[in-house]
Amino acid sequence: MLTALLSDIHGNLEALNACLSHARGRGAERFAFLGDLVGYGADARGVVEVVTRYAAEGAVVLKGNHDEAVEVSGGYFNDAARAAIEWARKTLTDEQRRFLAALPLVVRQGEICYAHASAAAPERWNYIDSPSAARRCVDAAQVVYTFCGHVHDQVLYFEGALGRMKEFRPVVGTPIPVQGHRRWVTIVGSVGQPRDRDPAAAYALFDLARRQVTFCRVAYDAGAAADKIRQAGLPGSLAARVELGI
Amino acid sequence: MRDQVKPGAIIDGYSVGECIHQGGTGCIFRVEAPADVDSAFPLAMKVPRLGRGEATIGIEGFETEQTILPTLSGPHVPRFVATGDVTATPYIIMEWIDGRSLADVIASAPLPPEEVARIGAALADAVHSVHEQEVVHLDLKPENFLLRPSGEAVLLDFGFAHHARYPDLLGEEKQFAAGSAAYVSPEQLQNNRSDSRSDLFALGVLLYELATGRQPFGEPETLAGMRDRLWREPAPPRAVNARVPPWLQEIILRCLEQDSSARYQSAAHIALDLRHPEQVALSARSERTDVPGFRRHFMRWWRARREGDRRAPLRDGFGARAVTILVAVDTEHLDDERHSPLQWATRQIVSLSPEYRLMCVSVIRSAPVGEGVTELETATGKHLQHKMRLRHWVEPLKLLPSRVSLHVVEATNAADTLLDLARSNHVDLIVLGAPGASKKKLGWWRSAASTVTANAPCSVLVVRVPERPPGARTNPI
Repeated sequence: MLTALLSDIHGNLEALNACLSHARGRGAERFAFLGDLVGYGADARGVVEVVTRYAAEGAVVLKGNHDEAVEVSGGYFNDAARAAIEWARKTLTDEQRRFLAALPLVVRQGEICYAHASAAAPERWNYIDSPSAARRCVDAAQVVYTFCGHVHDQVLYFEGALGRMKEFRPVVGTPIPVQGHRRWVTIVGSVGQPRDRDPAAAYALFDLARRQVTFCRVAYDAGAAADKIRQAGLPGSLAARVELGI
Repeated sequence: MRDQVKPGAIIDGYSVGECIHQGGTGCIFRVEAPADVDSAFPLAMKVPRLGRGEATIGIEGFETEQTILPTLSGPHVPRFVATGDVTATPYIIMEWIDGRSLADVIASAPLPPEEVARIGAALADAVHSVHEQEVVHLDLKPENFLLRPSGEAVLLDFGFAHHARYPDLLGEEKQFAAGSAAYVSPEQLQNNRSDSRSDLFALGVLLYELATGRQPFGEPETLAGMRDRLWREPAPPRAVNARVPPWLQEIILRCLEQDSSARYQSAAHIALDLRHPEQVALSARSERTDVPGFRRHFMRWWRARREGDRRAPLRDGFGARAVTILVAVDTEHLDDERHSPLQWATRQIVSLSPEYRLMCVSVIRSAPVGEGVTELETATGKHLQHKMRLRHWVEPLKLLPSRVSLHVVEATNAADTLLDLARSNHVDLIVLGAPGASKKKLGWWRSAASTVTANAPCSVLVVRVPERPPGARTNPI
């Protein structure tokens, strides 16, 4: 059974649809949305609509810090990010806002744990940006496979010789063997706002039976997503980030 | 619960036979496939030695091999068949290779230079094949090479290897960076496990051993002893064995350069040089016969100490590939209008990287067979004449001699000759001319260019003289 892991969609419906169709083309039957459905992008409403539909069919959906900020403003957002959250608050229906507010921070399923930022103190939205942060995450998760987003890069942390956590920068499209007797933290990348100077949407596929993780990038019409941001009157920097992948 | 693997046991349907080899990291058994599986080749089962009191490389090494071996293919590695769960019954079943261990060959070293070149080229072929599949072996030593009766070399034991696309389970741990004491490269001692040129250093140690019967750095027992090679220069092979020719010393010492960027950049280039000794460009390396004295060693030690680990971060060995380009030059028709565009295209390509090597090939018609001594002399003279024409052709490209080799081959079928050369020398790109304008329509199907393009083991660039509008001057210069 192949699971598609999608995170940090950030109101980018074009990128989300491209990733979902790519994943289905690869045979994905399960879906997990690891938070930050809204923020930055202009189509929060369209994205939440799609994700709600998947949730009704059993998909895992988590809350991210931008989703939380729709109800409780976070003080740490910059002006552009705050403007996008205001926009989301305005455009989402009441039902959609209730859906976001009710989302969990962490979901566990057998050998797997999903969290938006980290399984360790998930409400603090700490970034997994080092092997030691990944170590804190696996210690809290207590399972073999942990999947997170929040950091917009694609990274695989693993327990190496002597039990130390190590960082691996994956090659896109290569199925990576992830054996079950060591622990792995997969940072799946961002669907809606990649920041590595490549605008292609990022997500990951996980095959539990074969014990393989594959990192994917999908080209999509970033210009259309950027145009929506401009038409909504949101800061131009948000449109440029989507177009350039920065 | 771990099943006991011993002769007579049945593991996942495979019946375990005798233990053939008992090594530091595990045992190799002969095995028979289950009755319902028809195996086309004999099988071996490798069982790691894991558990308390065993070296910690055990489990990571086993897992590394279990991950990497299935990704490899070709005649230079044992075929992967099956593997058992590392937490239940860890084993790997692979092809049983019938061959002679390189360790047995080295026991009778020093060998004659031609033998060293023949065996060395086979080893380099095997290493190149693995590098092409994005794997660095990192533990090349005589015990890890088998020589098939056909002369081909097979690489064993990927427990120490690194695959460019997979997480490196052994990475960054000091005690796992180094392979075997006599063969480990300087950069491995500095915890770099991702440079394919580390294998070329080890290949240099093996060539040195084959040529002289001695190891260039001995077999140190301590890490400090191994670190000597960060600055110590080995005694030149010719100082150890006077029968080593300059070309062989040139190749060996170039492999053993302390700085990986000064070595060969590809095992294919080592094989190319070992197969064409007369084409090896000799540098000061080939001349040395003195054992470096105290002063020279002290200076090198001092420099290494000063540079220490500040040395520029080593390139990831898979980044830029050092490729081999073959250009087919028609030295029988020197006034052909295709020479100029062919030369231009070749120049563009070789200027992309100083690590690109160029093989210039001219296929000339065979001299009549069975003639007398004078005819033979004429054939030799003809050969030489064409070689000079090739040299003249490549001269304007102003390439270092170590980057170019010239090959005049007498044959009746040019296409087959080019294809054979490309295959046996790991050529990455063939450059050749399209049939001339007069033969454009029907001629293509009968041309060497079409046969080479259809059957080449690599990319082919077919160079054509641009069409000019009618009435234009035929010679634009």
